[in-house]
Amino acid sequence: MYNTIEELLERQRRTGTPMHRIILQNEMNLAGITEKEVYTRLKKRYEVMVASAKKALYQPQSMVLGLIEGQASCQQLYAGKQSICGPFLNELMAMALSGSEVNASMGRICAAPTAGSSGILPAVLLSVSKRYGSSEHEILSALLVAAGFGAVITKNATVSGAEGGCQAECGAAAGMAAAAAVTLAGGDGEMVANACGIALMNVMGLVCDPVAGLVQLPCSYRNASGAVNAVLSADLALAGQRTMIPVDQCIDAMYRVGKKLPGELRETALGGIATQPAGKEYAKQLQALTSSKKED
Amino acid sequence: MNISLFDVLGPVMIGPSSSHTAGAAKLARVARTIVEKPFHLVTFGLYGSFAKTGVGHGTRQALLAGAMGFKEDDERIKTIETLAKQEGLEYEFYEAELDGVHENTAVITFYCDDGSKMRIIGCSIGGGRIRITELDGLASDITAESPTLLITQNDKPGVIGAVSGLLAECGLNIAVMRVSRVSRGELANCVIETDGRIGAEVVRQIEKIPNVRSVRAINI
Repeated sequence: MYNTIEELLERQRRTGTPMHRIILQNEMNLAGITEKEVYTRLKKRYEVMVASAKKALYQPQSMVLGLIEGQASCQQLYAGKQSICGPFLNELMAMALSGSEVNASMGRICAAPTAGSSGILPAVLLSVSKRYGSSEHEILSALLVAAGFGAVITKNATVSGAEGGCQAECGAAAGMAAAAAVTLAGGDGEMVANACGIALMNVMGLVCDPVAGLVQLPCSYRNASGAVNAVLSADLALAGQRTMIPVDQCIDAMYRVGKKLPGELRETALGGIATQPAGKEYAKQLQALTSSKKED
Repeated sequence: MNISLFDVLGPVMIGPSSSHTAGAAKLARVARTIVEKPFHLVTFGLYGSFAKTGVGHGTRQALLAGAMGFKEDDERIKTIETLAKQEGLEYEFYEAELDGVHENTAVITFYCDDGSKMRIIGCSIGGGRIRITELDGLASDITAESPTLLITQNDKPGVIGAVSGLLAECGLNIAVMRVSRVSRGELANCVIETDGRIGAEVVRQIEKIPNVRSVRAINI
């Protein structure tokens, strides 16, 4: 039994069992299902993730107000050209944007850990597994680790933007994705934990300020930057960087910071960019749409 | 760790919001399962955040699609209004005035082809999870997270015993059971959650138990 990342690591050190197998065993006991069933369920979700990361790359998705319509294809086109970050990071961002765009347009996604942050994990899994030539089983095992870390964050903190701000949604997603990336790259348990901790540190205090209350802006950019946060945190950890503050304490800090955020900055659209003049203008446009619907 | 990986990775759903889209669709789909009968008109009373932010989150389409039996990950939800028109289903949305209910609540009224109507109130409680709180004026508590039996019976001794005995014979383990009644000796409601899928045969057998008025199985 584990409730923290440290307990997971401790069990790994004591038994020599790989991290994904400890998490797997816990799920088998919890749900009363076999290893094969866990992997079948993971695969089903992974397939939805892959589809959402690719769907908007060449086809803009229509949505209410259209604030992020066409972002993914715009970035995908650019990824093939001369750029500052190069094709790897640009394709990664394009896929994260695709997930956000699909979500905003009422397309099918897999919440990971939430719908608003669902672009991050698929983009990281696809990019990093491509780089390392990972097998499907390796990808699903990395997904297992990501979900296991997500469960610890859910248990000891929150993954709800209304409760903890964007750091709880896109921050948690980046922490989970960073853990998955290090797993795919073959890093050890300590590195996996460090990567997650670094990703959380990087966005400590990030607020949730959705324009017009829609899951569009800044959500899509937070998904793109969340995916980049995940891979850079993974590389920092793989290089041997340590968080110094244990990851469980980073998770606790994130929770406490989230609680201290004023309500205006927790998914209420009452602060941040949402209440800037341009943000208010979009809210007004949405309001007009709502009123016209009522008259129907 | 008592949190499942699949509560973290999931639900698989239509965006953009697990509470305002996926939860709304599931709520209406469970409601439809309870109604069972064909209907030609369905109305949705939206309360709280459902009314205020519903348009931006596709809550209306999700509710309508759920009432038509579509699952919360069905991509046809986005264009469901066209489908409803093709099927000749009438629908209506209005703002509901309610007291002391969850922020994301809907009142769903089905007007059935046989002239009867049924009014179901429920809410979306986050992460795609739902709770049905009222059935035709009777308080209830249905989450539909496991297969659920919904029994209405005369408030007489022995009914619950007969039902649980029958379930045991069928090999169905009872996980949760709640009985509530309107008043002593009159109508009572029984909600039973089981560990296994509830088949049509079980439902038929429970219907034969004396004093049982109606039985519905929700296998979501």
